[in-house]
Amino acid sequence: MPFKSTARGWRLVIFLAGLLLLPSVAMAELADDLQGLRGGSYDAKGAAVERLVAGGDERAVPVLEAFLDGRLFLTDGEERMVIGEDSAGGYRIFDALSGEALGEVGKRDVSKIKINNKLRQLVKGSLGALTLGSKDRAARLRAADAVFRSKPADMIPALESALEKESDPAVEARLRRALAATQLANSDNKATRIAALQELAKFTDPQIRSLAAAVLVTDGAGNPTEPDAEVRAAAEETLKAIEQGLAFNSFLANIFQGVSLGSVLLLAAIGLAITFGVMGVINMAHGEMVMLGAYTTFLVQEVFRASFPTASDYALLVAVPAAFLVTGAIGVGIERGVIRFLYGRPLETLLATWGLSLVLQQAVRTIFGPTNREVGNPSWMSGAWEVAGGLTLTYNRIWIIVFAMLVFALLMVLIRRSSYGLQMRAVTQNRPMASSMGIRTGWVDAMTFGLGSGIAGMAGVALSQIDNVSPNLGQGYIIDSFMVVVFGGVGNLWGTLVGALSLGLVNKFLEPYAGAVLAKIFILVAIILFIQKRPRGLFALRGRALES
Amino acid sequence: MLLSNDHSRLLTPLGVKLTLAVLLGVAVLVPLLNLALPPGSPFHVPTYVVSLLGKYLCFAMLALSVDLIWGFCGILSLGHGAFFALGGYAMGMHLMRQIGERGVYGNPLLPDFMVFLNWKELPWYWYGFDAFPFALLMVVLVPGALAMVFGWFAFRSRVTGVYLSIITQAMTFALLLAFFRNDMGFGGNNGLTDFKELLGFDLQARSTRVGLFAATAVTLALAYLLCRWIICSKVGRVLTAIRDAESRVRFLGYRVEYYKLFVFTLSAMLAGLAGALYVPQVGIINPSEFSPANSIEIVIWVAVGGRGYLHGALLGAVLVNYAKTYLTGAAPDIWLFFLGGLFIAVTVLLPKGIVGSLDQLANGLSRGGLRRPMAQKASGEVPGE
Amino acid sequence: MKSLFRGAMSAAAFAAALAGGSAVQAAEVIKVGVLHSLSGTMAISESTLKDTVLMMVDDLNKKGGLLGKQVEAVVVDPASDWPLFAEKARELIEKEKVDVVFGCWTSVSRKSVLPVFEELNGLLFYPVQYEGEESSRNVFYTGAAPNQQAIPAVEYLMGDDGGGAERFVLLGTDYVYPRTTNKILRAFLNAKGVSDEDIMENYTPFGHSDWQTIVADVKTFASQGKKTAVVSTINGDANVPFYKELGNQGIKAEEIPVVAFSVGEEELAGLDTGPLVGHLAAWNYFMSVEADVNDTFIEQWHAFIGDEKRVTNDPMEATYIGFKMWAQAVEQAGTTEVNAVRQAMYGQKVPNLTGGMAVMNTNHHLSKPVLIGEIQDDGMIETVWSTDAEVVGDAWSDFIPESAKLTADWTYPWVCGNCEEPKYVKY
Repeated sequence: MPFKSTARGWRLVIFLAGLLLLPSVAMAELADDLQGLRGGSYDAKGAAVERLVAGGDERAVPVLEAFLDGRLFLTDGEERMVIGEDSAGGYRIFDALSGEALGEVGKRDVSKIKINNKLRQLVKGSLGALTLGSKDRAARLRAADAVFRSKPADMIPALESALEKESDPAVEARLRRALAATQLANSDNKATRIAALQELAKFTDPQIRSLAAAVLVTDGAGNPTEPDAEVRAAAEETLKAIEQGLAFNSFLANIFQGVSLGSVLLLAAIGLAITFGVMGVINMAHGEMVMLGAYTTFLVQEVFRASFPTASDYALLVAVPAAFLVTGAIGVGIERGVIRFLYGRPLETLLATWGLSLVLQQAVRTIFGPTNREVGNPSWMSGAWEVAGGLTLTYNRIWIIVFAMLVFALLMVLIRRSSYGLQMRAVTQNRPMASSMGIRTGWVDAMTFGLGSGIAGMAGVALSQIDNVSPNLGQGYIIDSFMVVVFGGVGNLWGTLVGALSLGLVNKFLEPYAGAVLAKIFILVAIILFIQKRPRGLFALRGRALES
Repeated sequence: MLLSNDHSRLLTPLGVKLTLAVLLGVAVLVPLLNLALPPGSPFHVPTYVVSLLGKYLCFAMLALSVDLIWGFCGILSLGHGAFFALGGYAMGMHLMRQIGERGVYGNPLLPDFMVFLNWKELPWYWYGFDAFPFALLMVVLVPGALAMVFGWFAFRSRVTGVYLSIITQAMTFALLLAFFRNDMGFGGNNGLTDFKELLGFDLQARSTRVGLFAATAVTLALAYLLCRWIICSKVGRVLTAIRDAESRVRFLGYRVEYYKLFVFTLSAMLAGLAGALYVPQVGIINPSEFSPANSIEIVIWVAVGGRGYLHGALLGAVLVNYAKTYLTGAAPDIWLFFLGGLFIAVTVLLPKGIVGSLDQLANGLSRGGLRRPMAQKASGEVPGE
Repeated sequence: MKSLFRGAMSAAAFAAALAGGSAVQAAEVIKVGVLHSLSGTMAISESTLKDTVLMMVDDLNKKGGLLGKQVEAVVVDPASDWPLFAEKARELIEKEKVDVVFGCWTSVSRKSVLPVFEELNGLLFYPVQYEGEESSRNVFYTGAAPNQQAIPAVEYLMGDDGGGAERFVLLGTDYVYPRTTNKILRAFLNAKGVSDEDIMENYTPFGHSDWQTIVADVKTFASQGKKTAVVSTINGDANVPFYKELGNQGIKAEEIPVVAFSVGEEELAGLDTGPLVGHLAAWNYFMSVEADVNDTFIEQWHAFIGDEKRVTNDPMEATYIGFKMWAQAVEQAGTTEVNAVRQAMYGQKVPNLTGGMAVMNTNHHLSKPVLIGEIQDDGMIETVWSTDAEVVGDAWSDFIPESAKLTADWTYPWVCGNCEEPKYVKY
């Protein structure tokens, strides 16, 4: 939290400054304005924020930041305004104005000064006003964006002067954007408005599209609200330019979303491609392996939070091998305990694994409770990469794509290059022959089932980032996984890869037109028809497999 | 005529006679014990048990239809719930039309949910369902037609084994999603409910419940006989041959796809009929019946009871569902452990199911005393290699 | 023939085994049925309510029971399987002879058991916000009706404090509650001068987990120059992936506020709410509300469940109010007989956990306050607006022409559940 450290630093400066330099009058004025924040209504609080900004006193910054974060409190009883920081027993509190430490209090001993969306926007804009001249580049960027969002008229001179001083091109562009938006929103001058619109046309961004579109809004009777035709024409051009950019970006976004959905499908299906595709076990408990992987992630995270809170961002990295080992071991256990009695009777594996899936779900429900468990997103998986306006690639999706490809590559290497892979292929192709060549087929079976389960568990780590961690997690993916494996061709991992990605892409390109449900129905029907054309899937195993 | 019959075998095995006796026995005795005896009597069968048994018997009929194709033709359908649900919807549509002006909004033509969605007129596919004979026809025709089209494509392209299983699952899943859509005109997630009467009989009346139960038992007995008759006929033998060695049968000159299509369609019709009997007894039909999990459960009933015996399927359906009823009440927090454990145990310990294992035992005890069951060698349909 | 007889006998024995125990009736205890899914997709929400009922029963017994008798909870698991709900309801009433049932969450489960309760004249307390358009004499609806949730929320969004939204995205799971709510909202918005082109409706299946496209669509829809807000009736499981996508795609509450009707502390427990601060929820109860009775309730809950981290939510409050009201009505009627209890229910008052009094009306719906809260980064929802007085739940919405003319009034003997004129009914 960068906020906290700066806030603490500020407080120190303010405290010293307050003691030594500043006349006590200004201090009293600030204190008065601050007291306004406790006001009864949100409107009163809003007025206080405006007064604080008008005062231009930078000492208001930490208080406003705390207000924004919901860390500004009134103590019960004496009603002193304090800033709180989380501590073990509740909050460590500091006086809002002086920064004086006041010790620790329980959570119910202070009451939060409430904030709502409207105030939040106001405060963010105001903070922008107070920090435009900050030395920190990131703070200036934030400030420019905050002004861009709130567009207060009185910020125009501040923006202009900030632009003059600015040397960093990225910050300059943001400032320009903020200035143009603010001018468009507040100015009545035709030339200024047109210039602002032309400036805005350079940015391909839905929010700017929104600004230009606002110029063209008509009132209830259908008359344009903007009286000047030239301004309207400029707005239309801006709109056109932005829309072209956005259309292209949305095409790219579609591809990304398709690949991302495809990689989720791939992760979910690839374990099944081994247990079902390679071993022929109709593994209905596959989804539960994914679910167990997600719960392992939860456990690892809890251990990190309890023991190494500073490193909890990396819990996920530990969770990957942990989930692989846990679910892999469970997989080996299942194979040795149940599945091995059923080779040669593949349909009965359906029955047994279905029973297993019920048992596993209930076991998790009994142990962890039926409600969702929270798995946090590490900071490197939160947020998004704004490639361009309208093209936001979320980090968690990017990492999941990378992860899926890595898992696939590793698996391919394992199967193609290792001696275990060779034995596995030998056993699945011709069991008696492999056995007579001295391969311990039982061991290979157990390892293979464990491998498939372990990979499912790793998929669970990824899915914990985008879906519920609940006992039902696996159920949502089991049918899709079977579709992917069958569509790609049973027993062919490349088929699973191509199948998953193409299903993801087709789905995402259909969805804008047909809606999520029809797109899915269409895909299912397409799979059914496709199987008529190629009864053995996309990549059928060649050979004399005439009769199964 | 291919359906020429070896009548001597139709009723021969003991299990067959026993099954028929039980079905007809409950059809008579349960209503009698419910209606004739006072509630205080120890032999009185409460009404809720009657409707419960009625529900089991519908499931038994569904299991029967699955066993017909899986046990005797090797077609493992993981989407049979779809046919059941379609039959149920056809009956539900009739029951909806019977509500008439008694709906919440009092619209004489439109069911409540359509009034709700601002529909102005009845969609064309709802026409005709106010007539019971038409609805009854649709109960078998709609699932039959779907099975025929689906099977025509699938069997002609020689989609077999697990591929077939998975695309049947895709079929039921697609239907599930489609019926969930409110825009489809089948009531969306809530489905069809709030039924009032069937053929003028109040559905909430005890006599109607008992009557429906008896009708279900008798229909099931007839369906069972029909299935027996088919598998004892020459067609049945070809079907069994297809199950055991499909290519060989094809090389002998049989049009395998037609045999499969015939039995698949018939089985779908039976499932539809079961669905139609089910709906008035439980009072609701909604898309969750299409869920793939339901279809998998049906297969499990058959496997638990013993595949390839017909009466095994009936026994499995009743037993598993009774276990579910009992356990969800007796051990609501942990019943899935028992049910899941049961499935695992049956698979590992009784691979031929309950009836199959009993049969084996009996065979071992008195060799030749009993007829060999129809299905001995169940070949694996899934590419294990 | 012999085998035929044997078969018949064994069938009868089987049936008798099924019926087993029904003859044995204990009159010393009052039985409370709990009909909430403990497995399957709905277990995630409903198990909590089962525990709430158990806690209330426990509490009641500690205080000496009811009418001098102990209260016993009969728990069954309908396993998120709708026909099984009907079967279990019948089992509870006919076999277990329970005096009242607390249960159901989804609309379809309620619809499924409704005929059973009406046929057997049972009593069901339904604790979840729902679409309205129903008034059964055998059901008491203690959750919010659309006019107690959706309409105040949209009014708030359109008002100054909510940002003055002029354009609305109605996102929902495709089932009857969102459909009805959105229908009512559309009629309401049209009446307020919002044209149809400023309303986008989108429905997704249950458990929808890939929200990339829809969230991107919302962004596009919001970029047309008018302040846009999202009204979410997304159900259960689908919420976590939805909010995760929302947070990651950077939709800030100040720009596009999302107000949800099925999201409470329990749903947020599976989420990191940092990026979601300021998004809204409209409900009748939030855990963060500061009231003594609420603090006591939370303490009691934590003690009962043995976990300090468990949250409380609105359906729990609805269960709490329903249970207290039922107990009061039984005391007042002096019996658990359904007809007497039903009559005693009307006008029953129980303090809300958020302050004020909940009152049971003759249309079987409660009068409750409406709260609008903003999500905080600790996963709590903090009230930012609330109605001045309790709002009476409407069984039949005024915004649907067909139902606006219907009334619901179950005051004996001139009753009317869904009709225009009351009828004389003899129980």
